[in-house]
Amino acid sequence: MSSDRIKIVWIYPDLLSTYGDQGNTIVLERRAALRGIPTQTVSLRSDEPVPADGDIYLLGGGEDRPQILAAQRLRGDGGLARAVQSGAVVFAVCAGYQLLGHEFGGEEGQPVQGLGLLDIRSTRGEQRAVGEIVGDVAAELNVPRITGFENHQGVTHLGPNARPFAQVVHGVGNGDGFEGAYRGRVLGTYMHGPALVRNPGLADLLLRWAVGRDLQPIDDSWAGRLREERLNAVMG
Amino acid sequence: MSDLPLRSQLAVALGRTAAKMSRLAGRGDGSVIGGRIGLRLDPELLTRLAKDRKLVLVSATNGKTTTTRLITSAMTPLGEVATNAFGANMPTGHVSALASAPGAHYGVLECDEKYVPMVLRETGANVVALMNLSRDQMDRAAEIWLLAGKWRRALEASPQSHVIANCDDPLVTWGASTAKSVTWVAAGQHWREDSWCCPECGGPLDRRDTEEDSDWACRQCHFRRPRPDWTLKGDQITDPQGRVFPLTGLSLPGRANRSNALVALAVVAQFGVPPEQALPLLAQVTSVAGRYTTVEHQGRTMRLLLSKNPAGWLEAFDVLQPAPGPVALSINAQGPDGRDTSWLWDVDYRILRGRPVWVTGERRVDLAARLEAAEVSFTVVDDIDQAVMSVPPGHLDIIANYTAFQSIRTRYGRVV
Ligand SMILES: [Zn+2]
Repeated sequence: MSSDRIKIVWIYPDLLSTYGDQGNTIVLERRAALRGIPTQTVSLRSDEPVPADGDIYLLGGGEDRPQILAAQRLRGDGGLARAVQSGAVVFAVCAGYQLLGHEFGGEEGQPVQGLGLLDIRSTRGEQRAVGEIVGDVAAELNVPRITGFENHQGVTHLGPNARPFAQVVHGVGNGDGFEGAYRGRVLGTYMHGPALVRNPGLADLLLRWAVGRDLQPIDDSWAGRLREERLNAVMG
Repeated sequence: MSDLPLRSQLAVALGRTAAKMSRLAGRGDGSVIGGRIGLRLDPELLTRLAKDRKLVLVSATNGKTTTTRLITSAMTPLGEVATNAFGANMPTGHVSALASAPGAHYGVLECDEKYVPMVLRETGANVVALMNLSRDQMDRAAEIWLLAGKWRRALEASPQSHVIANCDDPLVTWGASTAKSVTWVAAGQHWREDSWCCPECGGPLDRRDTEEDSDWACRQCHFRRPRPDWTLKGDQITDPQGRVFPLTGLSLPGRANRSNALVALAVVAQFGVPPEQALPLLAQVTSVAGRYTTVEHQGRTMRLLLSKNPAGWLEAFDVLQPAPGPVALSINAQGPDGRDTSWLWDVDYRILRGRPVWVTGERRVDLAARLEAAEVSFTVVDDIDQAVMSVPPGHLDIIANYTAFQSIRTRYGRVV
């Protein structure tokens, strides 16, 4: 954290914000505020340069064409890669997750070059994965079971330098029994939209990475009830 | 109708019987099942039923049911008009609507956004009204950029169709601009989160809004807002001849309905019904499939508002009683609602601060988490009755999404 507040950079909501992605920004702001940590959020349009001094960068979901445009502009800009090198936190969902990798599938399934910030490659699958997803998170991250909604047609293969974020308990995820990927503080997931809403533990992981210390517990009653309800709906 | 081939006549008759049985069994108006049976017996049925009629297709993410109703009302001077008044907006519903009005020379068909290309191909509709495109429930709706591209190809292949399109929506403008002839209507755009990028080249769109006008243009390419033929400023409508009409007598509330009315005026003008004749007919529409309806129950006057997506919520907020008027919200996530509630996070609920807010529906916990994050005070109740009985006698606005709306409507009387 560069100063006494967390700077959140929401990357390209004009391209990558199909469906409730704003929720992740709201959840991070609120969970920080409840602990007395001020935040500053920048909604960065795709014609603006990516600032280097962000603490947490968020990337949302998008349709094929906007995803390709976002990848091109972020590659041309280079700011996100520099921020990652200096230790920034990146949380990316769905189309944003795919474009962090070496390449992903475009409208016609053609390979499109990504940012190479995660050692993953994505292609277009045969079937669209739509529905609830549940997974058990890699032990070293110390985050409880995740619950989310996925809606994508991607299949993602992890290279040796990326670790799977979670093991799928219900749903599809990357397509090989695992869900999402991370390396260092760069984390991507197929849980689309406001993934942090149902997963306050994951939101706190990102905040912990940003501030570099443990955080005091806060009242999670509604998020907790929502988690429980969704997990019960799927797992019975 | 009588010149339909025998097989088609049979298909129509059997479809009608099935629809009637479905109605008697209390399963809605039966138009979907009737149309399905008709189409199964004669796959060309829609084309045959459309032949020799003047048809209007109405499509948009929001407002298509209401606008269909407004156009139908304003077309009554022309004679009988076939229409799918109950929102059955796919080909099965279109077949039912046309089959049940065999003598109608005109038809106004609400059309699901995805079905515009297919229905256009099968009916060769004379007029296509396109109003807005925004994010909708994504597990059932198509991606909108892709959708607008399909509209382009369909309209290019249908040169006989005249398009009435909202030029304040960049994606609709792009979707309509391959048509051979277009009337541009400045119907406004309130939800803008899906149109910051140029649909043509992906460049940034610059937008300018003044009291007088609203304009947009791509910074990188030639794509820009066309000059509107019809405009709406406050309550003043200007037609293509420059004549000005006040849009004051409308019974349906809110700016979204003023936009819908403007589109309706442009459509019926295409058939020779002038605004001065159409306006009083628009005013006669007071509720649409239960929406905007007021129902009385135990001394409470409840107004039912349907909101299915973020743009729809903006429209509902626009017509709420002033604060601190109480509001009840009900959210489900069944098939027709979309099974994913992520869209709640695209709606800015802070506007509800300072009102008593009741929260119910099958996904009330999702909504509670959303409102808590927006710092809106709320009370969660198990069903709508609890909310209704908790407010003092007087007015209560109820906003609900699709299946939640239907169940509230059933509970308090199916007023159409
Ligand atoms: Zn452009």
